Amino acid sequence: MRRLFTLTLSLALAALSLPVAAQSPGPLRIEITEGVIEPLPFALPQFVAENAGAEAMAAQISQLIAADLVGTGLFREIPRDAFISTVTSFSSPVQYSDWKAINAQALVTGAVGTTSDGRVTVKFRLFDVFAEAQLGDGLQFAASQASWRRMAHKVADAVYSRITGEEGYFDSRVVFVSASGPKNARRTRLAIMDYDGANLQFLTDSASLVLAPRISPKGDRVLYTSYETGAPRIHVLDVGTTQRRVLEQESGAMSVGPSFTPDGGRVVYSLAKGGNSDIYELAIATGTVRQLTSGPAIETAPSVSPDGQFIVFESDRSGTQQLYVMPAGGGEATRISFGPGRYGAPVWSPRGDLIAFVKQNKGRFHIGVMRTDGSEERLLTASFLDESPTWSPNGRVIMFTRETQGPTGAPALYSVDISGRNLRRVPTEGPASDPAWSPLLP
Amino acid sequence: MIHIRIALGAAVLAAMGACTSPDRLGGGDTVDLNNQAGLGAEIGPVETGTAEYFSNSVGDRVLFAVDQSTLSPEAQGVLAAQAAWLIDNRDFNAKIEGHADEQGTRVYNFNLGEKRANAVREYLISQGVAPGRLSTISYGKERPIEICSEEACYAKNRRAVTVIAAGLTS
Repeated sequence: MRRLFTLTLSLALAALSLPVAAQSPGPLRIEITEGVIEPLPFALPQFVAENAGAEAMAAQISQLIAADLVGTGLFREIPRDAFISTVTSFSSPVQYSDWKAINAQALVTGAVGTTSDGRVTVKFRLFDVFAEAQLGDGLQFAASQASWRRMAHKVADAVYSRITGEEGYFDSRVVFVSASGPKNARRTRLAIMDYDGANLQFLTDSASLVLAPRISPKGDRVLYTSYETGAPRIHVLDVGTTQRRVLEQESGAMSVGPSFTPDGGRVVYSLAKGGNSDIYELAIATGTVRQLTSGPAIETAPSVSPDGQFIVFESDRSGTQQLYVMPAGGGEATRISFGPGRYGAPVWSPRGDLIAFVKQNKGRFHIGVMRTDGSEERLLTASFLDESPTWSPNGRVIMFTRETQGPTGAPALYSVDISGRNLRRVPTEGPASDPAWSPLLP
Repeated sequence: MIHIRIALGAAVLAAMGACTSPDRLGGGDTVDLNNQAGLGAEIGPVETGTAEYFSNSVGDRVLFAVDQSTLSPEAQGVLAAQAAWLIDNRDFNAKIEGHADEQGTRVYNFNLGEKRANAVREYLISQGVAPGRLSTISYGKERPIEICSEEACYAKNRRAVTVIAAGLTS
């Protein structure tokens, strides 16, 4: 059905053979639109343990799948004590009437098995209860026990995808700046975690100031600004090995605000020297640098469109920070932000349709989105200080930094969907800022 | 290098520094030159060729208006004194740190800090300091000295600080 699961790294998959009644989506469908929606009720009986040792793993995986779905704000889990049917075998037929009676529109069933060599297999099926039909093929994943969260996320991604028609975003990671210490002596280090805050790993120590990371289109490298060499310089870090190197080192200049081109081969960034900031592009393999803007204004924070054709950036050439779009090779830039206040930190959606930004107006900060021509501006949040938006892999959710006010103020990560609903704090151990959301993992 | 000057002259510079950086005065080990100036009496040797003298008496920082990197007349006065000191104390080089307050996006503030540091550097050059002795760095909004979220703190955080070091080359 969907091509999602042709991506297999350590995860093997196999379609389960079942008499498939309905391959086409039935009435079970969430259209992610701007209006307020009623979350879709689903039932997820604890996945069946296929062997004696799999019970705990089955419970954990079932919980995490449900948590992923509920966390979107699009789904509501029906409590298990309301269930009429019990599911004791993965292959037993579904008693649709029992699920209709408790108004479960979707039913997710599954089974988990463990092996003595530390592998886990997870299989699941999704049913459209009111159409009395299975929705899509059953799928099976296998991986090491250490990857059990990824398997749960992949099941949840498949369920989300089949019901919304959108790609999922649960099997993804977030690079961010982990902070500690008081506001006037803050220490920062790069960290990476799952999208839901699990599996935290630090990528650098806290010896030098780091800011504004961005992750590569394959999720394997991170660009960021670090003061490690004394001056602020753009570094590139390999996520797997945490090896890092200085990428840009023009003498007498400072570089900041890097992001990858969609092919992952080049970096756009801004270079500040002599009181002026302009946007440059650097080819990672060769180190060749090309200047893309010129002029006395602060031009910074570039982000490339997913088709590689355009760059959105901020400039104060009009007197205040505003957003502009120019061809990827440089040239005439078109201003796209015109509302009251100032606009910065633009990020092009991975779907290509929207640009997320930070807006400052009347002493408040907002995360907003607009179409790429600047139309249909929509503010999603409002607070003392919201900034550094980053897109979920499917372009439906934005994660950002929210910093609280005053002497004890500290940053934290939040997410909100593009209609402004479902504002949530992303759990992190301590203060956190500057999220950069990876694509879906392979 | 140690310069011997009369304390009265130093006190005038200290008062100038005090206008823009009150937070730097009042430290326990700071000689209260303001009082000496008020008395107008005590005249004696003062070691002027030190980093302490530079930051406490010459004034090591200038402040900026919101979003601005232009130098106020007051800031220009402080920088003229900094330039005079640097010309007198050629063993020292200076790194100018540009900072912004927390009202603003991180990357923009970084660039704004660079602009402020550069404005200071260019003014010092215009006053006769050799360009090779002056480097700049921006910390954006990452290194506030005051932590309240009010204009009283923001005003002190929007700053460029001239940090001197003997024999610094960069």
